[in-house]
Amino acid sequence: MPVRPTAARPTALLIALVATATASTACGNGSGSDPDTVKVSFKQSTDNSIHVMDDYLAGVKKQFEKENPGKKVELVPIKAPDSEYYTKLQQMLRSPKTAPDLVYEDTFLINSDITSGYLKPLDPYLAKWPDWNQFMDTAKTAAKAEDGKTYGVPDGTDTRGLWFSKDIFQKAGLPAGWQPKTWDEVLTAARTIKRKVPDVIPLNVYTGKPVGEAATMQTFEMLLYGTDDAGSQDPLYDRASKKWVAGGEGFKDSLSFVETVYKEKLGPDIEDALDPNVMTRVRGEWLPKGKLGIALDGSWLPQDWLKGSGHEWPEWSKELGLAAMPTQHGQAPGKVSMSGGWTWSIPDKSANPDLAFDFIKTMQTKANAQKWYVANSGIAVRKDVATDPAYAQAQPGIKFFTDLVASTHYRPAYPAYPKVSTAIQEAMEGVTTGDQPVDQAARGYDDALKEATDNQVVEK
Amino acid sequence: MTTAAPQATGPGAAKSPSGPPPSPPDAPGVPLRRSLVRALPVSPALVLLLLFLAGPIVYCVWIAFTDLQLTGQAESSFVGLENFRTAFQDEEFLNAVWLTLVFTVISSLIGQNTLGLALASLMRRASKPVRTLTGGIVITAWVLPEVVAGFLLYAFFRREGTLNAILDWLHLPSQNWLFTLPILAVSFANVWRGTAFSMLVYSAALNEIPQEVTEAAEVDGAGGWRRMWHITLPMIRRSIGTNLMLNTLQTLSVFGLIWVMTRGGPGDKSQTLPLFMYEQAFQNSMIGYGTAVALLLLLVGSLFSLIYLRLLRTEV
Repeated sequence: MPVRPTAARPTALLIALVATATASTACGNGSGSDPDTVKVSFKQSTDNSIHVMDDYLAGVKKQFEKENPGKKVELVPIKAPDSEYYTKLQQMLRSPKTAPDLVYEDTFLINSDITSGYLKPLDPYLAKWPDWNQFMDTAKTAAKAEDGKTYGVPDGTDTRGLWFSKDIFQKAGLPAGWQPKTWDEVLTAARTIKRKVPDVIPLNVYTGKPVGEAATMQTFEMLLYGTDDAGSQDPLYDRASKKWVAGGEGFKDSLSFVETVYKEKLGPDIEDALDPNVMTRVRGEWLPKGKLGIALDGSWLPQDWLKGSGHEWPEWSKELGLAAMPTQHGQAPGKVSMSGGWTWSIPDKSANPDLAFDFIKTMQTKANAQKWYVANSGIAVRKDVATDPAYAQAQPGIKFFTDLVASTHYRPAYPAYPKVSTAIQEAMEGVTTGDQPVDQAARGYDDALKEATDNQVVEK
Repeated sequence: MTTAAPQATGPGAAKSPSGPPPSPPDAPGVPLRRSLVRALPVSPALVLLLLFLAGPIVYCVWIAFTDLQLTGQAESSFVGLENFRTAFQDEEFLNAVWLTLVFTVISSLIGQNTLGLALASLMRRASKPVRTLTGGIVITAWVLPEVVAGFLLYAFFRREGTLNAILDWLHLPSQNWLFTLPILAVSFANVWRGTAFSMLVYSAALNEIPQEVTEAAEVDGAGGWRRMWHITLPMIRRSIGTNLMLNTLQTLSVFGLIWVMTRGGPGDKSQTLPLFMYEQAFQNSMIGYGTAVALLLLLVGSLFSLIYLRLLRTEV
């Protein structure tokens, strides 16, 4: 069907287009929100039965409005899985029309958002806030950017360690108070389990692209940050030269560890390990059903075993033991952990930054912070809470994981980090499937690293 | 869809597509004002289209030539063809193009199309209950939401899944399809899900064929295959073209099904272009690069469409 040309001529079209373009980029000034209202954006769980954060924020809102007569808090929940939440948030932060006054930022991406100019440095506020001294030093760096300024107040963190099944350990003749001192001791325990309890998976370490960041952080960095590459500085990123570090000895040793686990069949079947749903299986099936000896995993696991979670497992604290991940050869400090977590930050385009920080203060009083850590199965970043017996006894395992904060590391989550992380996952996948020997995978990483960071790479 | 077009071209009567278009009767002699007045009623619609359709499309094309990022840099700038250069040097992109072609050829060209035609032909001869039942089952697969279908097929193909249970029962070797042959697994999934559409198109087309023609051929002693080849196929040529094109364009942009089943893995063994785009734009925040890849995907789609148009000389 030939279409009759309409009378609108090219010039008219062009004018209309230009008009559209200008209309859509017309700038608003200020968020147009009222100066007495603080707009708070946060990530709402996609699971309708979980409203931990909603309830907590509603409580803080009530308290804040009572303490500050005439001020209002407007909660703006964003219901989405993590990756989509980031996207939505970043789009909101781009315009003063849509930017909230307070946002919930994942430390995974906060540095990217800082570089984009989305966030406000909080140093002037922090200087006048006595409670800031209660935050642990490691946690203070959670949202510290390359310019040395701090852009967020962490509302807790997470740490990682080894979970093990006491039952399987007993069958394998391993001690109930197991605490390996080196990587070899971890592997030896796994080999013992393989020999003596043949029908279980000895050791799970996440690997490969399907699980994404979990492979990088729960496995690879837990290894890498315990090698000599780590020492006094970050083994992935050199802060002095602001360049990424090419794979060194420690990098290869970490890959070798992963290779050993899958080559000797100490881990799950490769196809299970590379199934995007393996994380759900570890938490929901393998650990509760006693099919897994040791799991290198995060402090948040018990969240999945609480009442009303779908796979309740109240006995977990009796059936599982906990051990810190050791450094490679037992180098000081002897144990290693990685931390992530979320911070409260103020958008650069916020209309009410002062009021927003007042709201942070109310959220992060000792009592409120403690309430939140416990409700969210988070790990305390305030010293006074960490030493409070009421907190330490609130849930089994809390004390263990809080003690790891002292020796934990935050990721160098600068803008290129997501791409660097993908490169690590690809190298891991290569040695997991046996497609690539360690050296080749490490070389592949170096190439991918140069590409991901525009050649901002330094050899150590 | 397949309404009989007014200017039905008989089989073989190839009309040159490049002939001069018949000039509209009042094109040259009409004063400008009159045609402007005539355009008035459609102008609100035109403005809306420009605003909400053309605007974003033009903006998208523009983004493809910038290094815009969702996050991680303060300023974006025009980089010319840099994104396209990057793409063609990027092994992952080339791998995605290859997998997209495999996925499209297997699941759309061969799978959905042939199976749809076969089902439609068989159903013409079937009794009414059989027809209703088969049609019902096939269409159910089609109307299921993509994510639900993805999970169903994940459960079917996974190692402890239904398919391997059946193979075990038949004493055939089983394997984890999603791990060993992921691109085939997702292709089959797409065939399972998308065949209904082709079936409907072909059912309608076959009903258009006059009985007399088929009967005459039968009297002349043409067998089933010959009738198919010499009568049926030429007569439904236009539907084949339309169906191939719609099918291909739909298949090229399949995302949810593959995402749920394999996330593009293991490694990137089932990472077709839409998944690659998603990874670049939203996981690596490279909106500019992702958009450039989207334009290239559009190009792949137009290539396919052109090939069909040439081969089948149909008008859409």
